[in-house]
Amino acid sequence: MISNLAWIFFSTLLINNFTLAMFLGLCPFFGVTKKIDTGWRLGAANTFVLVITSISAWALNTYVLKSAPYLRTIAFIVVIASMVQIVEMIIKKTLPTLFRELGIYLPLITTNCAILFLALVQTTRKYTLLEGLVFAIGAGLGLTLALTLMASIRERMDVAEVPAIAKRMGLVMVIASCLSMAFMGFAGMGSG
Amino acid sequence: MTAIEVDTVVEEREPIVPGAPPPAPLWLDFWRGIADDNPVMIQMLGLCPAMAVSNSLENGIGMSAAVIFVLTCSSVLVSTLRRIIPGEVRLASYILIIATFVTISDLVMQAYFPLLSKTLGPFVPLIVVNCIILGRAEAFAGKVKPLRAAVDALGMGVGFTFALCTISAFREIVGNGTLLGHQLFGPNYEPWNFMIMPPGGFLTMGVMFLVMGWWGERQKAKAKAAEVTV
Repeated sequence: MISNLAWIFFSTLLINNFTLAMFLGLCPFFGVTKKIDTGWRLGAANTFVLVITSISAWALNTYVLKSAPYLRTIAFIVVIASMVQIVEMIIKKTLPTLFRELGIYLPLITTNCAILFLALVQTTRKYTLLEGLVFAIGAGLGLTLALTLMASIRERMDVAEVPAIAKRMGLVMVIASCLSMAFMGFAGMGSG
Repeated sequence: MTAIEVDTVVEEREPIVPGAPPPAPLWLDFWRGIADDNPVMIQMLGLCPAMAVSNSLENGIGMSAAVIFVLTCSSVLVSTLRRIIPGEVRLASYILIIATFVTISDLVMQAYFPLLSKTLGPFVPLIVVNCIILGRAEAFAGKVKPLRAAVDALGMGVGFTFALCTISAFREIVGNGTLLGHQLFGPNYEPWNFMIMPPGGFLTMGVMFLVMGWWGERQKAKAKAAEVTV
């Protein structure tokens, strides 16, 4: 039981990292990773939404969608959109500075593929509530890790001299490739 | 009498929506999506599917077909309903419209292309959160007539297909030595497996952006040289 949960946690956190191995949530990964602070805060907000989504997707699956599985995509996206709206209102009320820093990327969590992916995959793998929660936390921390790593590299990049042709996105993509390669090293973890 | 006449004349005309795109010939609406405003290469939208399913050309084509279908249908429907949908709930309504068409394409794919549907897996339902589609609905389709919206959506869809097919063909050829499953090189070719794995996706995109940056710099230098000689 515990080893199963630990396996789910570490495999989503490192081996199948949502951003670097599954290509999910790339928009914030390239869009907001200019400062470490915003990077990890957005990661935290994402983790929060992931956890709430995991719980609500589980509830929807168990109690509502059993009779109409073809409505899954629509039901999930509606629930995610309303959850993000609630989180937005809470953050606006309690942490106005964070709200201003995240700006457009806060409502955009709705269209972060990682969230919908989590809900869909959790359903196809038939995770229980607890497994789903662990899955969500692992995925959220994985996102936070990727965002923070990228942000710290880009902060350092600001003072480096970059050739003109790599100014736009080229260099950032190549850095992402290197990060992703580093994460591939974790792939052997499960077999040992 | 005259007042009523004036009113009817005004009603027939398209009301000016704030932020509406300037009028342009239809071919330009179509061409923009392929070249100047290419969703993947220039606007950098929809990067997730562009990298996640681009490890073989077949996946790329399947994904592109689904995206073109969803993009065109939802753009036309959004544009048709643009005066009925209230501004406050427009994003939620757009998402619902998109999700409906995505569900249709997902079910069709499961029924007729079960193998492809299995390889693409959750990435077909994930078209719902593809920023290209919501972006077009918000920036374009919600403000223009259905015909223009359809042409623009088709252009964007073809632009996405162009980008996705280029990336996936490159990755499949280099990473697997095949194209659409056909062996391209002799038996001695050692496939560069790295390219069909996740880092290869980032690297391909990176190289693409570097080449585009190089091209842009060259154009700029040329323009400058021409200015000097004039």
